[in-house]
Amino acid sequence: MEEVPHDCPGADSAQAGRGASCQGCPNQRLCASGAGATPDTEEIKEKMKTVKHKILVLSGKGGVGKSTFSAHLAHGLAEDENTQIALLDIDICGPSIPKIMGLEGEQYVEDNLGVMSVGFLLSSPDDAVIWRGPKKNGMIKQFLRDVDWGEVDYLIVDTPPGTSDEHLSVVRYLATAHIDGAVIITTPQEVSLQDVRKEINFCRKVKLPIIGVVENMSGFICPKCKKESQIFPPTTGGAELMCQDLEVPLLGRVPLDPLIGKNCDKGQSFFIDAPDSPATLAYRSIIQRIQEFCNLHQSKEENLISS
Amino acid sequence: MEAAAEPGNLAGVRHIILVLSGKGGVGRSTISTELALALRHAGKKVGILDVDLCGPSIPRMLGAQGRAVHQCDRGWAPVFLDREQSISLMSVGFLLEKPDEAVVWRGPKKNALIKQFVSDVAWGELDYLVVDTPPGTSDEHMATIEALRPYQPLGALVVTTPQAVSVGDVRRELTFCRKMGLRVMGIVENMSGFTCPHCTECTSVFSRGGGEELAQLAGVPFLGSVPLDPALMRTLEEGHDFIQEFPGSPAFAALTSIAQKILDATPACLP
Repeated sequence: MEEVPHDCPGADSAQAGRGASCQGCPNQRLCASGAGATPDTEEIKEKMKTVKHKILVLSGKGGVGKSTFSAHLAHGLAEDENTQIALLDIDICGPSIPKIMGLEGEQYVEDNLGVMSVGFLLSSPDDAVIWRGPKKNGMIKQFLRDVDWGEVDYLIVDTPPGTSDEHLSVVRYLATAHIDGAVIITTPQEVSLQDVRKEINFCRKVKLPIIGVVENMSGFICPKCKKESQIFPPTTGGAELMCQDLEVPLLGRVPLDPLIGKNCDKGQSFFIDAPDSPATLAYRSIIQRIQEFCNLHQSKEENLISS
Repeated sequence: MEAAAEPGNLAGVRHIILVLSGKGGVGRSTISTELALALRHAGKKVGILDVDLCGPSIPRMLGAQGRAVHQCDRGWAPVFLDREQSISLMSVGFLLEKPDEAVVWRGPKKNALIKQFVSDVAWGELDYLVVDTPPGTSDEHMATIEALRPYQPLGALVVTTPQAVSVGDVRRELTFCRKMGLRVMGIVENMSGFTCPHCTECTSVFSRGGGEELAQLAGVPFLGSVPLDPALMRTLEEGHDFIQEFPGSPAFAALTSIAQKILDATPACLP
């Protein structure tokens, strides 16, 4: 069996499908067809001109709270009625955003907060989306190219766990449209960090700026005795040490609050139910830092254009 | 009738169980490992196959990270985790040159690797092979099931956490199993409650009741609930005494009961 990986230039590189070591690889044709700008990426670039900021929410690890974070980032930003927010869920196999946002089929949560997900296209909650890579990529392309996003201040893209087709596709399709950056979610324990380090390396490989890391489920306050425990212990220093080692910003830590899960189940914003929870305060601080990052970028670009 | 399986490396494996979920982060790998250990505790010879290419977590859980894997004449030799050789492991994690390097592949390459992986490990004689899978219903899941189909797996254990967001994905996973012709042995609800170490109040950190409701709705057996145990999690993280520490955990009783149900549901073997 071939060792893993083996001289693969990377599915995202300019040499994808064209390198000497690509001969005979099952991915060759796919990689070769994707490399470089295509009519689709040009169309997407046009569509994305009315979208000011684009943020990807990633993790390497499943179940760390990507969709919960994406949803609440959207809720938080949308509290300013003058800001238009769009939330795109590209987790084709496990689309959680409709449930978390309390949507069955409507696409607007508020006047200024719109949502798109493959979940809306499924007729029953039992329908399984059993698609191979190319079909998933096609769906993502359609979402980006064919949805009329209009004037949007922030487009938040929620992704599935892993580093596969969906991630490669969204980065490739948005490559010419400028992504502000990625927010990477983790939980404190090594089993998550292990996967998140890979995700950080993936971002670096595809030249996706990293806005920072959020450590979720960071400590739990017992509702009865109010003492703190670590349900997911940071045995290897948690996100803080990893961020120091890899030189990425730690945007903040969000503690586990059982009300978060309850509100997600009901499809409501947790901020409304628990405005004073330490988790809400943590979220708000993180959201502010993300906005600052995006605005800094915007002014840098404007300076470049005007200079 | 299906083509007879080639007498290959899975010929000595009596029963294959897949551990699935639709949802990431529900504890599939943890449950796979705990189930394997519970079956071993019941006197069975068990192997664990970790086909999560993007996030192979099991080597670390069992303190086997960095162990070298060797080729023998029949293929890859699995890593034995105990002196008695009653529990063995094969993971794609052993083959990664740099643990921080992401395996960023599209579907077809993953499929090719899984197919080889499933057939090239020289398991020898096993009572049970527990196959841990990544989250989702896509290329690698289809490839895993297709590669195992000739060996007639016993079925799938489907893992969820109590909250609706998990259950929502797991419903789709049940449909996937049905479409792929894979029998669902039952549902396991993980992360079912956390007992505060300071005051012993049990809180439903990730909501409650979803697993049992789902089992009823879908008409599949509910195998049991497994509580959150940070002490166990710490041991899993640190990787060394997990095999010894596990029996002392509140999760152990739950897993023993689940393992017993699987043993009861296993048909007596034909020679």
